[in-house]
Amino acid sequence: MIKVQNLSRRFGEFLAVAPTDLHIHKQKTTVIMGGSGSGKTTLLRLLSGLEQASTGHIWFDNDSDLTCMAARHLYALRLRMGMVFQYSALLNSLNVYENVSFPLHEHTNLDESLIRTMVTMKLEQVGMRGFEHLMPSELSGGMAKRVAFARALITDPELVFFDEPTSGLDPIAAAVVTRLIQQLTVKTKMTSVVVTHDVAAGLAIADWVILLWQGRVIAEGTAEHIANSSDARVQQFIQGKPDGPIPFSRSDTPYLETLMQVDSHG
Amino acid sequence: MVNLLIEVLGKLGRSTLLTLQRMGDANILGFSAMAMLVQPPWQGRHIVQQVYALGVGSLVIIAITGAFTGMVLALQGYYMLAKFGSESLLGSAIALSIIRELGPVLGAFMMIGRAGSSITAEIGIMRVTEQLDALQMMAVNPKARIIMPRIIATVIALPLLIALFDVVGLAAGYVIGVDLLGVNSGAFIAEMVTKVRMEDLNIGWIKTIVFGLLIGIICTWYGYRAEPTTEGVARATTQAVVLSSVSVLIFDYILTSFFL
Repeated sequence: MIKVQNLSRRFGEFLAVAPTDLHIHKQKTTVIMGGSGSGKTTLLRLLSGLEQASTGHIWFDNDSDLTCMAARHLYALRLRMGMVFQYSALLNSLNVYENVSFPLHEHTNLDESLIRTMVTMKLEQVGMRGFEHLMPSELSGGMAKRVAFARALITDPELVFFDEPTSGLDPIAAAVVTRLIQQLTVKTKMTSVVVTHDVAAGLAIADWVILLWQGRVIAEGTAEHIANSSDARVQQFIQGKPDGPIPFSRSDTPYLETLMQVDSHG
Repeated sequence: MVNLLIEVLGKLGRSTLLTLQRMGDANILGFSAMAMLVQPPWQGRHIVQQVYALGVGSLVIIAITGAFTGMVLALQGYYMLAKFGSESLLGSAIALSIIRELGPVLGAFMMIGRAGSSITAEIGIMRVTEQLDALQMMAVNPKARIIMPRIIATVIALPLLIALFDVVGLAAGYVIGVDLLGVNSGAFIAEMVTKVRMEDLNIGWIKTIVFGLLIGIICTWYGYRAEPTTEGVARATTQAVVLSSVSVLIFDYILTSFFL
């Protein structure tokens, strides 16, 4: 569904995503994992066209290049997409019902009673039925995430991007959301791209795993392939070991040298 | 010495380029957003909502400012004109000052403080909380849905608010001049009607439309390009208010010198 060639993103001197080639397979769940600051969210934003690539191409269905597409074509393409943001990104001037029905009101001429039915069904799926009248400011982080989930799925998109879908959710809600992604991918033949550092949930739902470190793909394959990888960096990440080839500190300057500089500058 | 000079010139050049780049970006954003006025999906409902929010919300502050401006002008004008025995000119003096100059400028300042700052803060917060990105992912162009209605609303609301400012200012000037200071009522009205021409009103209208456009473009641009942090939004709001106010004064001078 999405084919990425030589894609990179640089913010000034900082290389957030190194030149990368990858495939997002149609009707499959691709999970992008990696530690904090490994470039997962930047890669997701690049794939969704929210971020401008520094180099490379993103081919959608082999015929449309997202990196050089006119804005109106990109918006037309986004009618086939959905996205769940890490911090929900609900429109805070609208209540839960208005947020979830927003894409339908914007892009369809459906009868209001039908829209209400569809919203109720989606809210039921995420366990938020009965909260239609609440404003985003009245929701907890987990509740807002679930509403965002319902909003992203209301148009039954072909491709959905999930940015940390389980972060901020209690274990039960996280399990429901994880199961929902799995079910929708199978039942509605949806393509999912999930960014997460929740290893257990990621490996459980993934058809394909991409592991990032410092903006580079260090491993990719099926969940089983990744779990059995002999790469020490992969094993350190999936087992959550504090010591290993992936350092905890991101600074290139030795600790002692930094302390000495602080001392000499008073 | 030469190195210092090169460094200073370099900094000056860089800041000039940056300023020009920002001005270009603001104009591109503003005018490309306004071009969406004539493209579907139509945003009429959102424009009306914004006119209501910006206009009705500013009514009281505009009326109060207009009233006190008219009252002060009456007191100061009477004090000056009495020295030359020309108190009867008070009506025209107040009317010309308010219609040509003070109405548009002070009204624009009030609009900046009341509505411009809230436009920048609102859009900036939408940037911080990824609401603008969410709109894009829902195939809704934020330029059409968020930027354009606010620019058009300021262009529509400001002339209407300043019309109110003018009327309240003139009425307040009349009350102070005629009822408090004893200027002849007939002379006050007659001088006003004789001296104020349609051209003066038109100058006022043109100024308000230009100021509305300036406020709309500057305040939306600062919000849209705000650094996505709370500090970034606060800084963008302050800068939007300062730059809008300075721009209004600069354009006021340019327009006044052009029409005189």
